[in-house]
Amino acid sequence: MVRLNINGKQHEVDVDPDTPLLWVIREQVGLTGTKYGCGIAACGACTVHLDGAAVRSCSLPVREVKADQKIVTIEGLSPNLTHPLQKAWLELDVPQCGYCQSGQLMAAAALIAASPKPTEDEIIAGMTNICRCGTYNRIKAAIQLAAGDVKRG
Amino acid sequence: MKKIDTSRRGFLVGSVAATAGFSLGFHVPFAAAANATPEINAWVVIKPDDTVIVRIARAEMGQGTLTGLAQLVAEELEADWSKVTTEFASPNQNVLRNRVWGNFATGGSRGIRDSHDYVRKGGAAARMMLVQAAATQWGVPATECKAAKGIVTHAGSSRSLSYGKLAEAAAKVDPPKDVPLKDPKDWTIAGKPVNRLDTKEKLDGSLVYSIDVKVPGMLNAAIRDCPVFGGKVKSFDAAKVAGMRGVRKVVPVGDTAVAVVADTWWQAKTALDALPIVWDEGPNAKVSSDTIAVMLTEGLTAEQAFVGNQAGDVKAAIAGAAKVVEATYSFPYQHHVTMEPMNATALWTADRCEVWTATQNGEAALATTADAAGLPLAKCEVHRVILGGGFGRRGMSDFVRQAVNIAKQMPGTPVKLIWSREEDMLHGRYHPVTMCRMVGALDKDGNLVGLHMRLSGQSILATVNPQGLQNGRDPVAFQGLNSSGTEGVFGYAIPNLLIDHAMRNTHVPPGFWRGVNNNQNALYLESFIDECAKAAGKDALAFRQQMLANSPRHLAVLNAAAKQGGWGTPAPEGVHRGLCQHMGYGSYVASCAEVKVEKNGKLKILRIVAATDSGHAVNPQQIAAQVEGSFAYGLSALLHGKITIKDGRVEQENFDTYPVLLMDEMPKVEAIVMPSGGFWGGVGEPTIFVAAPAVLNAIAAATGKRVRGGPISGVDLKPV
Repeated sequence: MVRLNINGKQHEVDVDPDTPLLWVIREQVGLTGTKYGCGIAACGACTVHLDGAAVRSCSLPVREVKADQKIVTIEGLSPNLTHPLQKAWLELDVPQCGYCQSGQLMAAAALIAASPKPTEDEIIAGMTNICRCGTYNRIKAAIQLAAGDVKRG
Repeated sequence: MKKIDTSRRGFLVGSVAATAGFSLGFHVPFAAAANATPEINAWVVIKPDDTVIVRIARAEMGQGTLTGLAQLVAEELEADWSKVTTEFASPNQNVLRNRVWGNFATGGSRGIRDSHDYVRKGGAAARMMLVQAAATQWGVPATECKAAKGIVTHAGSSRSLSYGKLAEAAAKVDPPKDVPLKDPKDWTIAGKPVNRLDTKEKLDGSLVYSIDVKVPGMLNAAIRDCPVFGGKVKSFDAAKVAGMRGVRKVVPVGDTAVAVVADTWWQAKTALDALPIVWDEGPNAKVSSDTIAVMLTEGLTAEQAFVGNQAGDVKAAIAGAAKVVEATYSFPYQHHVTMEPMNATALWTADRCEVWTATQNGEAALATTADAAGLPLAKCEVHRVILGGGFGRRGMSDFVRQAVNIAKQMPGTPVKLIWSREEDMLHGRYHPVTMCRMVGALDKDGNLVGLHMRLSGQSILATVNPQGLQNGRDPVAFQGLNSSGTEGVFGYAIPNLLIDHAMRNTHVPPGFWRGVNNNQNALYLESFIDECAKAAGKDALAFRQQMLANSPRHLAVLNAAAKQGGWGTPAPEGVHRGLCQHMGYGSYVASCAEVKVEKNGKLKILRIVAATDSGHAVNPQQIAAQVEGSFAYGLSALLHGKITIKDGRVEQENFDTYPVLLMDEMPKVEAIVMPSGGFWGGVGEPTIFVAAPAVLNAIAAATGKRVRGGPISGVDLKPV
């Protein structure tokens, strides 16, 4: 049995401890907002927060996650789309196909949590998730928009 | 995990339909034609609470067609836009109802331009029926009633009723025969830059993509198809993995693949990785990119070739030229790499087969389902969802056939097949490989009086749709190079012209990749026009303008991009510009790129201005998004994209060996949307044509080096 704290809820799952966190989240826990894109931590579609840090869950075996570590997925980012990034994403109509956007939002949320007013260079350095639809410019603009909305500290 | 406790025939998948008013097609019970809420007609369903559901036949894969089509229907319906939602039309119902929704295929930037007429008529007819229902209820002539924002009003008596109150009666009104449409200049919903209808569910993880579908009792499958195209399975040792955790069954899939079915996908994949498979690699096991290049190079000078466009006497023009310009270009195989890997869920029983999948062509997916299931079309259904990327790849139904094949070996058990990224890379439908030899004839005044453009390479139609060939000739090979028509006209006036194609097919399966053959045709032509301008000692804009004098729409977008791009004005220190134009999918596009190349050869694409004339512009904001997106896709190919073949198989298996463009390489994009009216062009693809050539022309201006094909990464760009 593996014990996980996901979006503030305790889960006990019966799973091979080598299973990547991504697949535990999707298949055992049943939260499918976190996406599979590459399996090698290259694309970032599987990005979740582990104690506030953005991690690529497709390459993190679940045995390396401790029971008291706080995992947050896109479903737990905010209630009712109230996170400043979700509001900015909506305002700027960022997504196209949308498949990568859970990961983009989670990466951006970790970025502005660490650096509430990121410079353009910081955004570019911090946002390395792949979007094949090419929404990069709108993602950048939405982070900048949201940064004006985020309280410091 | 939240279980969905409802019967299989009418269950909700996920929470989308419940939360955000965005209904997915498959909450409509299979083969039950939405009896719960009476439809006004095939396109419009109105609920008692005034919610308008617009049925969408075409696929939504990010390109915004769902929102654009809803705008067109809502416009004619005189709907309240804030109450408009959508659902996907059912392929099964399309069969049973004599193709009432027409074509489901979503490719060639046709989603809106090929269906605007009948979807608008659907909206208009529904409005007329609602008005008639109100008029009948009030006992007044329909001509005295007016519909606006979802309400019918009788001017004389100030009575009014909302659509929701009228829907039931309107559904019984005879459909009108004569359905006039609005003049686009009177549009209030269409033609406006409204936000997409499908965004909220993409921001909280609630949108159910095909890969997220959950069907009660579902198992999961991972698959391996022979990595050498044309090869087969010789043997596999199921006993080696039979005892692994979660494994239920190991099954052959056709004669080329093996799948493991397990409780979870990760278990299936883990077992598949441990499964010994012996392949019969077949006749193509020695083919490589080098052997393909030899074949294509031979085609560049072969005697025989299919003619695409011809005028005057190009041989004589070259023989009599004051100056001859020659160059050879190439364009490598590309992979679509949709973010969501191919997948499909299938449930087969002896009398019914259902599939849940992301498809660009619901009808083709249904036909494949029926064929693989061994059942009539009427007994099959394809439940459609929003695609996690398409770009042409999901016009194919190969993964649907596999899923049904697997499910047929597990009767009564739904099985979800997901391709690993590696499987997806190795079994793409690749943008074809081509080369091009250009010979230009300049007269003593530097006019381009002759041009021979010899294309050599793979035909998509020859594999995908051989019936589309014309006496062996592939007309699609000449996209954007045609002498006439409305699809893609070669705009330049060159008195002696020959554009021909030496078809050289390989065993690598080709497919339609966003922009298709326009990608290389525009790259070859627009790079070479710059080379000719340089050889003639002329300005690249003036050189083009002179030859486009009789092609006013080509010229207009070129001039617009050049003007906003600052052509002819001083650029910032170290910044260089490049121009290009092209026509495809019925739209005219042009761009002006700005690049900087450092002394060490490092390239930075700073800015691209792009002009698009698509005739009508249904949603300028979504067009701008497509301009940005198509540039990201096209520049990704130019900078990094190259699929290579070794031992008959694709060498690249994931993003580590097939890198794509990230945020750090994305230029600033300025989209000029300049609809001139009177025609309907596509927008999902056209600007991709003008991404690469403008950048290559700017690189040549910056470095003095002419790069004649991608990818650029690895090319030494240190200025000469």
